[in-house]
Amino acid sequence: MDREETSARIAALIDPFNKKGVEITDATRFTDDLEFDSLTVMDFVAAIEDEFDIIISMNQQAEIENYGQLVDAVVKLQG
Amino acid sequence: MTDMLSDNVTETHADLFSKFDPLIQMRENLLASGVEDPFGLVMERVLSPTVAMCNGRETILLGTYNYMGMTFDPDVIEAGKQALDDFGSGTTGSRVLNGTYAGHKAVEEALCDFYGMDHAMVFSTGYQANLGIISTIAGKGDYIVLDIDSHASIWDGCKMGDAEVVPFKHNDIEAMEKRLRRIPEGAGKLVVLEGVYSMLGDIAPLKEMIAVAKKYGAMVLVDEAHSMGFIGPNGRGVAEDQDCLADVDFVIGTFSKSVGTVGGFCVSNHPKFEIMRLVCRPYVFTASLPPSVVATACTSIRKLMNAGEKRAHLWENSRTLHKGLRDAGFELGTDEPQSAIISVIMPDLERGAAMWEALLHEGLYVNLARPPATPANMTLLRCSLCAEHSAEQVEQIIGMFTRAGTTVGII
Repeated sequence: MDREETSARIAALIDPFNKKGVEITDATRFTDDLEFDSLTVMDFVAAIEDEFDIIISMNQQAEIENYGQLVDAVVKLQG
Repeated sequence: MTDMLSDNVTETHADLFSKFDPLIQMRENLLASGVEDPFGLVMERVLSPTVAMCNGRETILLGTYNYMGMTFDPDVIEAGKQALDDFGSGTTGSRVLNGTYAGHKAVEEALCDFYGMDHAMVFSTGYQANLGIISTIAGKGDYIVLDIDSHASIWDGCKMGDAEVVPFKHNDIEAMEKRLRRIPEGAGKLVVLEGVYSMLGDIAPLKEMIAVAKKYGAMVLVDEAHSMGFIGPNGRGVAEDQDCLADVDFVIGTFSKSVGTVGGFCVSNHPKFEIMRLVCRPYVFTASLPPSVVATACTSIRKLMNAGEKRAHLWENSRTLHKGLRDAGFELGTDEPQSAIISVIMPDLERGAAMWEALLHEGLYVNLARPPATPANMTLLRCSLCAEHSAEQVEQIIGMFTRAGTTVGII
């Protein structure tokens, strides 16, 4: 799956968590812009893991701050 | 020379403590409302496992995890005094150097007998037991799959090690299985669970979860800190109660709850377990427990093997308090009493703190728990019952809760 398609699928998943309707770009930050708390992060990560049948460990999550980094990580994890 | 140095110091001073400002502010706001500091209570005198003098008031203790009330057991006290006389006040050394006395071996033997397991290793605290075992056995390239509501000591053990850390939704068997299934083939896997989760006092479906973990070839560690002594036919914990203790690779426990002193341990049947004593840093690089502590723990553990009547009374207390608080109109952490922890859910931190203070004025101490220690950002008043609480005390407690809840406007 290429980056564009992966990004489109993640964008669809982010919608229910994007309560304020923030516009999503690669630079959108989860904590600062989307105001995700730890519980939201857990549910959102679980949704992505299920969609792509992957694991995003806490160690990997620590490296992901914005949307672009998440898309890159998911592309990479799909191998 | 002085001039040269000062020329180099041009950067403005960044206060490393500024990261704590939001918490400092939150505390100041709370205390400004006039409530007593919920995290600054001093017990001036302790009269029994269930009563102490706090701020000059005689107070019933309902938040001490002293489940079996062993802290004032005459045999336990006597063993501690004897060990102080015979072995001195402390070991001043690591277990692997000069810090293993006869008492440390004796308490490890008592643990092997208590759990019916081959190996026992005693740490200086329960926190260090989780920290040490988890960080040591799960290394680089291995995966730790754990419940999201795990205790801080489990999370810190994960953080200290080099394994990949994969949490799953609390007690969700399917979520756990999905994660195990996705782990790359050949990687080492450790599943970390707790028997009783101490925030809400709920238990884990260990039998089902451990069966799934074994299906995927994972080793299983279960923290039974809040179940030892009274859950299971022999008080070995939730895994024993659900008839799956034989499938648990590592049981973590503590002396600071039912056993009534301080210390932590791991018991296991793993044939190579003894090597842990040389490779586990939180075991090696700290002083061992004082002789009086291991002597009290040993005596207490052996007495807990035959504590059937106390266990029955503790369960009776738990059922009575759960029903009484529910009938009074409080929202509780579990629909049925599952352990000796009854957790009362507060609408918010302000009213939780007000309720905590109202209870203290009534003469009752409970634990106030607040985020981030709590699941789903809840504010909780956690009640932990003791086998030494009398039936009359439990009725008194229900009356105190009802009056305080009415005053604060929660019920």
